[in-house]
Amino acid sequence: MEILIFSIVALIAVICSVQVIISRNPVNSALFLIATMVSLAILFILLNAPFLATIQIIVYAGAIMVLFLFVIMLLNLRRDEFGPERRRAQRFFAILFSFLLLIGITTVLTVGTFNSNQVESGWSKTIPAGVEPLAQLLFTKYLFPFELASVLLLVAIVGAVVMAKRRL
Amino acid sequence: MDWIIPAVNLKLILPEIVVCLFAILILVTDPFLSKERKIWSAHLSWIAVVIAFIANIRLWNLQEATFTNMFLVDNYATFFKFIFLAGSFLIILISMSYLKREEILHGEYFSLILFSTLGMMLLASGFDLVVIFLGLEIMSVSLYVLAGFKRSDLASNEASLKYFLMGAFATGFLLYGIVMIYGSVGSTNLGQIINHITSNDAGSNLLIWAGAGLLLVGFGFKIASVPFHMWVPDVYQGAPTPITAFISAGPKAAGFAALLRVFLFSFTTIKMDWTMIVWIMAALTMSVGNIVALAQSDIKRMLAYSSIAHAGYVLVALVAGGETGVSSALFYLLAYTFMNIGAFTVVIALGRKGQDNTKLEDYSGLGSRSPILAILMTIFLFSLAGFPPTAGFMAKFYVFGSAVKSGFTGLVIIGVLNSLISVYYYLRIVVLMFMQAPVTRTDNERIKVAFCAILVLIISTWAVLQMGIFPQSLLSLAQASVSSIF
Repeated sequence: MEILIFSIVALIAVICSVQVIISRNPVNSALFLIATMVSLAILFILLNAPFLATIQIIVYAGAIMVLFLFVIMLLNLRRDEFGPERRRAQRFFAILFSFLLLIGITTVLTVGTFNSNQVESGWSKTIPAGVEPLAQLLFTKYLFPFELASVLLLVAIVGAVVMAKRRL
Repeated sequence: MDWIIPAVNLKLILPEIVVCLFAILILVTDPFLSKERKIWSAHLSWIAVVIAFIANIRLWNLQEATFTNMFLVDNYATFFKFIFLAGSFLIILISMSYLKREEILHGEYFSLILFSTLGMMLLASGFDLVVIFLGLEIMSVSLYVLAGFKRSDLASNEASLKYFLMGAFATGFLLYGIVMIYGSVGSTNLGQIINHITSNDAGSNLLIWAGAGLLLVGFGFKIASVPFHMWVPDVYQGAPTPITAFISAGPKAAGFAALLRVFLFSFTTIKMDWTMIVWIMAALTMSVGNIVALAQSDIKRMLAYSSIAHAGYVLVALVAGGETGVSSALFYLLAYTFMNIGAFTVVIALGRKGQDNTKLEDYSGLGSRSPILAILMTIFLFSLAGFPPTAGFMAKFYVFGSAVKSGFTGLVIIGVLNSLISVYYYLRIVVLMFMQAPVTRTDNERIKVAFCAILVLIISTWAVLQMGIFPQSLLSLAQASVSSIF
């Protein structure tokens, strides 16, 4: 049952993310991105991590996507601004190499073995996982990366201000 | 649920704390400074680097991990931090007069340089792929902004955007590689990865292979190796010149710090299998960098391709592996930092406001206009080309020596041939400087060099000659640094 749901959702996620790239209309791309995010949230639920799933929906499918759509609306794109024709040779090589990459990744994922019993995550099957195991991991084992993430966000904010402010 | 708070040893991350706190301090104080006093932010930043340097000296010969094995202080990391801090110090000094000249003196610049340095230090010390990833991102995000710091200059905007798009793409590769390794090992800790690979005969697990390959792509982008070098020329040419020098020195060394640690420590038992790929990468990087550099007419672009070529020489050391290989790589990166920053300092000194004077013909007749600058430039170029008695010669000598010892004679032959090619384009500038008459209009102006830039020139020249004539002390330091990772 689990594997069935996983396959369906994973398939939807992949199809939608491909659609994000190949849609010519940016609004369509954004909507497909929402669909991808939602299917990722379902994958998180399958992994027994309902808290992450909720966050995924609220932050990505909710907040960030609204921002995206808002920007697209503000840009006020015309028909001809949806991009010129790509060069033929480039398209050929792009298709060829993505196909090779697809073969490579499929081989790796089918032949390689995941080490599922050793994965030291907070949400093993026995613990009902919510905010607590996640918080425990963040504040004990991953304390250092957690603090570093705050520095990274600060740098990003400073960078955005430097780049966008009219007068420094 | 029992909570085990991890053991935290703040003394070990003291250099990082100093750099980070000062970066925030600059952000906080800068808005209160009047326009004439903005230079204080610069002074704060070099003071921060000096304090961090002193704090780092106290960590020498210490080998200790903290934060649940995520952060490791050993001589290898400490040595790299010396390189980063020295590089940042020199860059801050040459930035001051440059920013004043271009009228873009803002505190955020120095704050971002410190943040970027923090990221590099994390790359050297990270003992967990998560920390390495975060360090790489902190470093890169700061650099994307710094590359576009001349906001009114289109070339600078282009550099920033190109660097950002390509960098974000490469980060995706790196992250995907980390995920693959996590999937097969069950941990992102470098120590557990090596345990897993040695005990489980993981050489047959394709997931590890894919992960290692994707990591190589991600790091290959940061160190500007072929075929992941497409961004280099445009970014180097468009970015403000001190930032160009910065990108070519610190972040490249930081990329190598993480690359060498991950591949020679965690993947050391499967070294035979990945050596061939890196061999090809090294040969390509050296050849493409040097051959394309021949055709450049802009010195920043030429130095960009030469920086690609130098990444190739260091990759030779990675192929050689072992203690001699790594110590020669450390020595090379140290030498490269000084000779490259020195050369860029001369490039900056020749510029005027809004006019960088980076065409090769701008160098003709420099020998008569400013003999001292021309002689210093000659020393740095000789060092880049690998002539004795400069640091570049000793560095190449040790790298190629270690490769011969490990039996990669073919690669060394390619490397030596490439060095010969590089002599042509380095010496072309020397010829222009001393044997040609000035051709451009501005030549009658006297070249004024700011005090800080003079200081940088003195330090770099001293370092280049010191490492070329008496390499023993710094080389033994490099050798003492590597024993901890084997």
